[in-house]
Amino acid sequence: MVAVAEPTAVNKLEVDRLTIRYGDHVALEDVSFEVRENEVFGIIGPANSGKTSFLKTINRMDMFDSNMSFEGAIRFNGVDVSRVRNVYGLRRRIGVVFPLPVGLPLSIYDNVALAPRLAGQKNRAELDIIVERCLRRAALWDEVKDRLHSLGSMLSGGQQQRLTIARALSQEPELLMLDEFSIAVDPVTTMRIEDVLRELKKEITIILVTNLVQQARRLADRTAFFLEGRCLDVAPTEELFTGTVSDPRTRDYVEGRFG
Amino acid sequence: MTKEKVPARQDFDQLNRDWFIDKAVQVLVFLGGISAIVFIIGIFVFISREGLGFIFEDFSFTEFFGSPNWRPTSESNPTYGILALVAGTASVTGLAMLVAIPFSLGAAIYIAEFASGKKREFLKVTVELLAAIPSVVWGFIGLAIMNPIIIQTFNVPVGLNVLNAGVILGLMAAPIMTSIAEDALKAVPDRYREAAEAMGATRWQVIYKVVLPAAKNGLLGAVLLGVGRGFGETMAVLMATGHSINIPTSVFDSVRALTATIAAELGETAVGSPHYEALFTIGIFLFVITFIINLSADLIVRGVRKG
Amino acid sequence: MFEASSLNRKNLRNERLVKASLGLMTGLLILPVVLILSTLLYKGGPVISFEFLFASPTNGMTAGGIFPALLGTILLVLVALIASVPLGVAAAIYLSEYAPDNWFTRAINLAIINLAGVPSIVHALFGVGAFVIFFKFGTSILAASLTLAIMTLPVVIVATRESLQAVPQAFREACWNMGATRWQTIRRVVLPNAITGILTGVILEVSRTSGETAPIMFTGAAFFLPLLPQGVLDQTMALSLHLFVVSTQVPDMPEELPYGVALVLISIVLIMNSLSIALRMYLRGRKKW
Repeated sequence: MVAVAEPTAVNKLEVDRLTIRYGDHVALEDVSFEVRENEVFGIIGPANSGKTSFLKTINRMDMFDSNMSFEGAIRFNGVDVSRVRNVYGLRRRIGVVFPLPVGLPLSIYDNVALAPRLAGQKNRAELDIIVERCLRRAALWDEVKDRLHSLGSMLSGGQQQRLTIARALSQEPELLMLDEFSIAVDPVTTMRIEDVLRELKKEITIILVTNLVQQARRLADRTAFFLEGRCLDVAPTEELFTGTVSDPRTRDYVEGRFG
Repeated sequence: MTKEKVPARQDFDQLNRDWFIDKAVQVLVFLGGISAIVFIIGIFVFISREGLGFIFEDFSFTEFFGSPNWRPTSESNPTYGILALVAGTASVTGLAMLVAIPFSLGAAIYIAEFASGKKREFLKVTVELLAAIPSVVWGFIGLAIMNPIIIQTFNVPVGLNVLNAGVILGLMAAPIMTSIAEDALKAVPDRYREAAEAMGATRWQVIYKVVLPAAKNGLLGAVLLGVGRGFGETMAVLMATGHSINIPTSVFDSVRALTATIAAELGETAVGSPHYEALFTIGIFLFVITFIINLSADLIVRGVRKG
Repeated sequence: MFEASSLNRKNLRNERLVKASLGLMTGLLILPVVLILSTLLYKGGPVISFEFLFASPTNGMTAGGIFPALLGTILLVLVALIASVPLGVAAAIYLSEYAPDNWFTRAINLAIINLAGVPSIVHALFGVGAFVIFFKFGTSILAASLTLAIMTLPVVIVATRESLQAVPQAFREACWNMGATRWQTIRRVVLPNAITGILTGVILEVSRTSGETAPIMFTGAAFFLPLLPQGVLDQTMALSLHLFVVSTQVPDMPEELPYGVALVLISIVLIMNSLSIALRMYLRGRKKW
């Protein structure tokens, strides 16, 4: 059922018998798979199947929810995240993009410069370079280059989403996690962001949680199917869509019969 | 995994400067957080420290609470009965509440349910400003303005009495009670009002039958806080009651309040003397009573939020 | 079509009656105070002059100005602010950003409510017992200001906590996800967006502190001093206590002089309060998100 890592591939993330709970409610149960270096790993599945809880556990955002607990292990670069002492260091290596973009009430420039500043970068010229590079990569530069010092929280929804991508990139993450990023974004912008992700994949690892089955098919190298807190399938994406799957419900879902 | 790559991949888990600063700040703000508890305990400890000597030596429970004779300066036979002082505080606070409760509840209902837009905003700001007038100014008003008015209107020899202090205290407490009561009314969800209005009830019927019962606890909390404020008020009652020890039989009697007694006498006592310690014992009594009032107001208002 | 029935008409009339009487009650609550303030202005206004504000009292306080009291109030407020603002802001940060929802946090909140509800004269007793006697500050500006600081601490805590909590949680989560520590998040995103709200609380505290009398009577404020204070361990005169003194303790006081003192005191308090309210309204009108 679980694809075994090929010996040549390096694993960015190893998920080992992970169970996530909110109080007594089980959000994700006994999930195991791995995410390889420089791949786009898709996670599909209907709402409430445990996808977002999974992402929150990877970068230890579960710490802010006293109700939330997990068992099993997630290893990032081989380090068990539950044993990490400096969770901030862990989070800096992982960029996150949410379904609803949150432009911080700072200028566009300061939004993107925030992560480098947190990491101690004070040199204005260096920051200028980082800000421009990240905004260009997030396909936002041309639209905002003349108003870098106006408020980031006043941009349109699609622009804010690209701003949050630029912000995530400014962390220079090794792993980028996107959670249904296209919900608040128009189709044209979605396509532009997808192009960006194809470029990024050359350098970093991407986990793409999406409610759009076709988006996973377009972008993901391998895809997992989550349903009601269980991981029913993990397979190379084309195989999941066309080949044999271990659970019939996977086929039903990718072909749009429910969800 | 190549050998050189390992440290680079895993060095995120170093405890760095930011991590230590964060921990330090967490400890600092926690100290700030517990400071309120430390101060409340500190208040109790320090006034007890000064007042306990009296409780252990000269204190007689029946005399303290049962005797109307507060004669701490008597050479031959000092007595420390606070009954008359309690009566003074109670009469003034009681009259103040008679004045303040109807007016502040009426004003709160008007502001919350009838006034709208600019008018509402204006009334709220005015009430807030009224609540800010310092108590020594109120005392001065009692002394300089109310006093002659009472003497003329009622043809009495002295205008510094229960009536004067009660009205002053009522005017003082009313704005605060109005604000809190208005908050309580506003906390009643609009769907209650809409449901009742849909059934054809008039505005007043909605308020009387739906809003007031729903806001009952919050309104009670407002009244309790008003009582607490009246009970603990010092300067205004010191200046407007006439400051004579009396169990009042009419509103034109001068009285003396617990708080005012401390304010008037503490400066004249020697540190550590029975009189000095007795004043601190009154302080303990005031602290305990207001603590109970505030605690019950809080519990009542919290109850409304849960429901 | 819908003819008003007699019942409906009766209801409408009752409704108007209720509204009118409640409006009247509101008016009656406000009117006496407006009359009183006008009287203060009418009788105290002519007293106020440059000399009144900037000269010392003379002739056993029956003439001259109020400068030492005015200066003393400013000093008392400043020292109280230095003590209470950092502490109050820290407490509010703890309560808004760190405190878990448990019995201990509820105890802190209860303590804050009580700190605000304890009678001012009890705070005075505490100030005497703790600062004047135990910590041996004597009757001094320091002892009086610390007493005031503890008494008005809840004002700063409540205003700061409210403005911190008005900053949407999503901003914090966005920062945490980027690897910002809690403190970095507070310093870079939460505090900058709450600072004006905190300022309204501080101004409100200035207003409260400058009017308090009982807490400073035995801890550091004096009826009359021939010299200005030279340091925080000296006693000082204060405007609020000065009003008490000139209106009750001094024989042969000219009638208008206390009105002048009352007018200056109430002006300070109301101006500070209005400033705080205006700032709050300005904030409400200018949203960044």
